[in-house]
Amino acid sequence: MAEGALLEIRGLKVHFATDDGMVRAVDGVDLSLGRGETLGVVGESGCGKTVTAMTVLKLVAMPPGRIVGGEILWRGRDLVPLGPAEMQKLRSREIGIVFQEPMTSLNPVYTVGAQIAETVRLHEGLSRRAALERAVEMLRLVHIPNPERRVHDYPHQFSGGMRQRVMIAMALSCNPQLLIADEPTTALDVTIQAQILDLLAEMKARLGMAVMLITHAMGVVAETAQRVVVMYAGKVVEEAPVRELFARPRHPYTQGLIRSIPRIDTAAARKARLEAIPGVVPSLLSPPPGCRFAPRCRFAREICTAGEPPLREVSPGHRVACVL
Amino acid sequence: MSQYLIRRLLVAIPSLLGISVVLFTVLALAPGDPFEELATNPAVPPEVRAALRAKFGLDDPIFVRYFRWLAAMLNGDWGYSFVSRMDVDTLILQRLPTTLVIIGSSQVLALLIALPVGVFAATRPYSVFDQIANTLAFIGFSLPTFFTGILLILIFSIHLEWLPFVYRADIEATGWRWLWEHVRQSIMPIAVLGLFQGAAWTRFVRSAVLDVIRLDYVTTARAKGLPERRVITRHVVRNALIPVVTLVALQMPAVFGGAIVTEQIFRVPGIGSLLISAILANDTPVIMAVTFVFACLVVFFNLLADILYGWLDPRISYR
Repeated sequence: MAEGALLEIRGLKVHFATDDGMVRAVDGVDLSLGRGETLGVVGESGCGKTVTAMTVLKLVAMPPGRIVGGEILWRGRDLVPLGPAEMQKLRSREIGIVFQEPMTSLNPVYTVGAQIAETVRLHEGLSRRAALERAVEMLRLVHIPNPERRVHDYPHQFSGGMRQRVMIAMALSCNPQLLIADEPTTALDVTIQAQILDLLAEMKARLGMAVMLITHAMGVVAETAQRVVVMYAGKVVEEAPVRELFARPRHPYTQGLIRSIPRIDTAAARKARLEAIPGVVPSLLSPPPGCRFAPRCRFAREICTAGEPPLREVSPGHRVACVL
Repeated sequence: MSQYLIRRLLVAIPSLLGISVVLFTVLALAPGDPFEELATNPAVPPEVRAALRAKFGLDDPIFVRYFRWLAAMLNGDWGYSFVSRMDVDTLILQRLPTTLVIIGSSQVLALLIALPVGVFAATRPYSVFDQIANTLAFIGFSLPTFFTGILLILIFSIHLEWLPFVYRADIEATGWRWLWEHVRQSIMPIAVLGLFQGAAWTRFVRSAVLDVIRLDYVTTARAKGLPERRVITRHVVRNALIPVVTLVALQMPAVFGGAIVTEQIFRVPGIGSLLISAILANDTPVIMAVTFVFACLVVFFNLLADILYGWLDPRISYR
């Protein structure tokens, strides 16, 4: 996967300076993403998955954030040393991003058409008119009814799901090679969630871009991703093709995550309580020594707290950071 | 939009009427009238004074006098100043342009300071620039205009002798020289008012920009690849201006109040100093007319704020 990878992150560390000390939000993340691939990045809130995604586009506020180490190779070129001007050329044109909160991610004082057109005009130098036509086209692509009319509407005239469609249209308007979707369905109703996931799958099939889907829902990953990276407390703990991961999860955390997916069949059949992982995510100010999951792990042994377990390959494409 | 405007103007009528009733009643209840000084003048017999009062209807009940005033006002008759011996409307028209020029320029100056400084400080919070701007703004709006006004006069007129300290309306020169003299004598009053307002607004603009700059859609704008400058001007400032506009409009009455004091310090022959001298001379028609003009200006600025508000924020619709 490493050769010819579209995006390859190696040993990325992003730390945040706070009044209480350094928060090590992302502390050595490795992942890679091939052309046209869908990669799911899963983990609890605060595990560093959003920061990882935002760092790819350098959208993390610096300061307080800082890339302490590692490389972000985009088509072989390291993005870490790039200046603002070069990053700006990359954003939207090569890498598009969709955020979690469609209700607040659009500027309330401009029409959605103007906001989509702004991106197109910036990167492709189209005329005002051509850019607006592209905006209509994009709205039609994401199945917004009456796009010719809706293009002149303001964000507050759209529902949450529709706004997320607008966000997707905007992110895809310059035909990027990678779409980062940062919990695109978390803020939406369940029925709308499914629609947005379907839309993402459809867009991927039509436009052929790679997708980095960040989510905390294992179910979402199972439906959409080809490969999955599981993150915990700023680190990758397991990485595997999606079938392999669900069939043979090796890391106790991944196993816990999969067991905590609510299932209608088992719950109805056995009236079992939904399983949860005990404890809470450790503070990233002073992470526990050794394996960060050890304090919550039911298999933890002495060796777990002795040193951080490295990622090791257990079968082709399946890597896990656990001594067990 | 035009329908909204017409309705707003129609709504303004009852509020102005209400204001005029209150003003008129308060003035009528206040002790003293234009003929008070005749009472102390031994050459004027009390019968003459009583006859004058009767002639001008000052002994009628308040509501009768109010309606007489209102009827005259609607006919364009603003009354007669007993002290200046001229019509009130000519008196006001003489003074109003000066006040509007001074207040207008000072507010423009205030915005020219507050917007760039506030935005620049907010985009670099806690930087050296921000700290200095904050400190200066704090000092600026803590110092009352009557203090800074006198301070400026002391420095620039008395010590340095650069600027005249009394504002004169009767400058004989013509052409460029006339303009130059006017600019010279306007600098200090405009600076005093403008810096005071500018200081207050700088802090407000800064906090408004700080509120907006951490919102999600600003990150969206950055994610589009827009240069930071454009993110700030197009996506941040436009939204931050919405609360600022409200503040500016709501502060207009206070601005006029502050202008009265400033005009008094620099002897600017504006509407504010007219009001002060009218109050001192018990010149009721002038007091009434000037306060009414102030009321109209305040109502007008509120309307202007509402229109600007709707222009800045499409979520507000005129219906």
